[in-house]
Amino acid sequence: MLRRAGPSLRHFLLERNSSAGHSSYSREAKMSRPVQARRLEGIDKNIWVEFVKLAATYSKVNLGQGFPDFPAPDFLREALTRTLSGGNHMLHQYTRAFGHPPLVKVLAQFFEKLLGRDLDPMTNVMVTVGAYQALFCCFQALVDEGDEVIIIEPFFDCYEPMVKMAGGTPVFVPLRPNPPKDGKLMSSADWQLDPAELASKFSERTKAIVLNSPNNPLGKVFSRGELELIAELCVKHDVLCISDEVYEWLVFDGKQHTRIASLQGMWERTVIIGSAGKTFSATGWKVGWVVGPDRLLQHLRTVHQNSVYHCATIAQEAVAQGFQRELMLYGKPESYFVQLPKELQQKRDWLVQSLDGVGMKPIIPEGTYFLVADISPFKSDVPDDPNSDEPYDSRFAKWMVKNKGLAAIPLSAFYSEAHKNNYTNFIRFCFAKEEATLKAASDILQKWKQEKTSS
Amino acid sequence: MFLASRNFCCRGIQLRTDLLSRSIKHSTSATMPFRHKNTRRIEGLDSNVWVEFTKVAADPSIVNLGQGLPDISPPSYVKEELAKVAAVDRLNQYTRGFGHPSLVKALSQVYEKVCGRKIDPLTDILVTVGAYGSLFSTIQALIEEGDEVIIIEPFYDCYEPMVKMAGAKPVFIPLRCINDGNSASSADWVLDPAELANKFNSKTKAIILNTPHNPIGKVFTLEELQVIADLCIKHDTLCISDEVYEWLVYKGNKHIKIATLPGMWERTVTIGSAGKTYSVTGWKLGWSIGPEHLIKHLQVVHQNTLYTCPTPLQEALAQAFWVDYKRMDHPDCYFYSLSRELESKRDRMAQLLKGAGLKPVIPDGGYFMIVDVSTLNVDLSDVDEKQPYDYKFVKWMIASKKLSAIPLSAFCGLETKKQFERYIRFCFIKKDSTLDAAEVILKNWNKQTG
Repeated sequence: MLRRAGPSLRHFLLERNSSAGHSSYSREAKMSRPVQARRLEGIDKNIWVEFVKLAATYSKVNLGQGFPDFPAPDFLREALTRTLSGGNHMLHQYTRAFGHPPLVKVLAQFFEKLLGRDLDPMTNVMVTVGAYQALFCCFQALVDEGDEVIIIEPFFDCYEPMVKMAGGTPVFVPLRPNPPKDGKLMSSADWQLDPAELASKFSERTKAIVLNSPNNPLGKVFSRGELELIAELCVKHDVLCISDEVYEWLVFDGKQHTRIASLQGMWERTVIIGSAGKTFSATGWKVGWVVGPDRLLQHLRTVHQNSVYHCATIAQEAVAQGFQRELMLYGKPESYFVQLPKELQQKRDWLVQSLDGVGMKPIIPEGTYFLVADISPFKSDVPDDPNSDEPYDSRFAKWMVKNKGLAAIPLSAFYSEAHKNNYTNFIRFCFAKEEATLKAASDILQKWKQEKTSS
Repeated sequence: MFLASRNFCCRGIQLRTDLLSRSIKHSTSATMPFRHKNTRRIEGLDSNVWVEFTKVAADPSIVNLGQGLPDISPPSYVKEELAKVAAVDRLNQYTRGFGHPSLVKALSQVYEKVCGRKIDPLTDILVTVGAYGSLFSTIQALIEEGDEVIIIEPFYDCYEPMVKMAGAKPVFIPLRCINDGNSASSADWVLDPAELANKFNSKTKAIILNTPHNPIGKVFTLEELQVIADLCIKHDTLCISDEVYEWLVYKGNKHIKIATLPGMWERTVTIGSAGKTYSVTGWKLGWSIGPEHLIKHLQVVHQNTLYTCPTPLQEALAQAFWVDYKRMDHPDCYFYSLSRELESKRDRMAQLLKGAGLKPVIPDGGYFMIVDVSTLNVDLSDVDEKQPYDYKFVKWMIASKKLSAIPLSAFCGLETKKQFERYIRFCFIKKDSTLDAAEVILKNWNKQTG
């Protein structure tokens, strides 16, 4: 992409009277450079800006952007109300910069259980503005110019621009589909890394690998064996692991979410990222965290204290109360971490049926609240356009929201520029939606199919 | 523990050569050489005055006039709006990345009135995580290696590390006291126009302006702003205008937005803060306002750093703004009533300090007051640290007087620290009982000195 300059400031001065005696040399130097910093090169485009707008304008049923349309759990909203009516107005003021003490304390307690190791809430945990900011801190703290970062495709789209903004070079390795021989629907488990291919991506310049399990958009839950493969390579090449585990509780069919940091040699080189938004169905609260060894987190703290410094106190207080409740109910049937995946599994199955029923082939996700479906049977509605640069699935998704009122996200959004055309028949649906929403989606699909068969 | 990790970080460069000389094969042991140090961009940026002093002052027996956080309650309607919002389902999910629609709309209305110009809520505004987040987004968007950024000393401490993290060079210029060091008012502190002009060159990308000023409380006059504006225009320089204390301006003073001066809108990003406007520092909401051709780059940074700010807080803030927008022509508006409340606290604080033999610099704005402590002649030469006098004084004052403040040299570049080490900063946005407790300490000061 050409380094297209924003207009230099000089253009805006042409009509103005400037003071006498200005240095024309200084103006020349300024003029030749764009006003924005080079670190923004190539990272200005963002799929969400476009698709969120389209959904807002056209969609009757929005299964696009990943957020629940059902309410956050009562106990969380009650925690917020309780906090506000508690009369402690100091909760409206700054709290500890690296994390509100009650929150880091309960996170440490929780993750001690999950990881089987002692954690210091002050040094092994830091609170961030959503998992998004946690990712940002990781890249800024740990990735220098010239460092390579391995990203597994398909990936949550922000990894690539964040690596670039840190001056790093993203190195992509794909999950490859191995469809089951018996013609059954694919599972996200059928998308796998090729071990030799993965090993070939590690070089002397490799600083880190970004792991996202459960994976957005496929819903893949990496197995212990797959994680061990990645871990061995990390240890062998002394590479860090940025482990995005925001969907850690959304795992179906009795599967286990294995934390790579608990594998041998991995704790000291892994930063685990989590999200209250995904954990408690409250994406708008923007509370996230990192858990890891102090010798890595100290650098994330430096970035944090020089970028946002504090996170909102009240949100942290309420999330802390939510976790305290879950700590007490851990493993019990009333635990939200038990109930939510159960509910979502039902919704998953429902959507899978709806899609399968109309001929779109869903890939059954093992986790997260996303699934990806093959839209090939519906391709005839959106003819190929050899003149278009845009990946097919993107054109399809746009057509679908405008003409059918159903919003989804093209899978190519989750691929690097070079690989956007590798899988052009898939779109991603979010099923963290009320029954009524999923039913409405099903109705649209049914009607659509009928129109096709009758025409 | 923090100190130890800081040493490790700084010695990392020397250690690195040793580590690289060993070849790394298979290893699972924690004693394996670990080559992962901090990135270059954060080298030397790990220490922070707040981390040091907020810890010390967290002891509840200490009267805390240090960190700038109110211990007064935010206005009740602000708290009520948040409580109302908590009940609305969809406000618990993501909102628009660059700013919740009702909030950017409210901001555009308020600031259109103040600036006298049309402000597009979608393109001219970015909502950020506090003004801190706005400073970061602005600097990351517009500043890079090779650039110089002029910073007026003393300065809110984050400007320097943020400029350095962007790879640029901070160029400092001090405010100088006109009365031969005998300062009674923040207006005594001024920039030397010739000295300022000398700091500008072809590499100067931006100047950071903070008015009303933290820590001195100076409110830059129209003439002073014109001097800065003229230089910005002459050298085609940006202005990052930190105006978080914009409403806290005391009798006889007026807050002027540099962006409203001719030639300045197109080159200025103006930063504001909900925390300072509504006494809700813990909400961490701020905003950047400016021309689209600058704000769009801040938006790119934002979409690649944290994407959205919390929805419920933004909605509550929007509602609070509507309440005050409707009464902006009325003295009851919180923007003005808070200022009146703080003016009397300011006056009380000044009296107490004078009573203890200290020389306060009365601020024209903001909620901080700096004080020359050299008149007390507290001898700290036996304190064996390399720290500047004001750091030692504050630590001594916390330990022996149970009163905390912030040392002014924390707000200066290396070369100017000596100039300001006789001053400490007090925060006076405190409830009456806190000021009463401070009064007791200050009244008894001379009785205990020895």
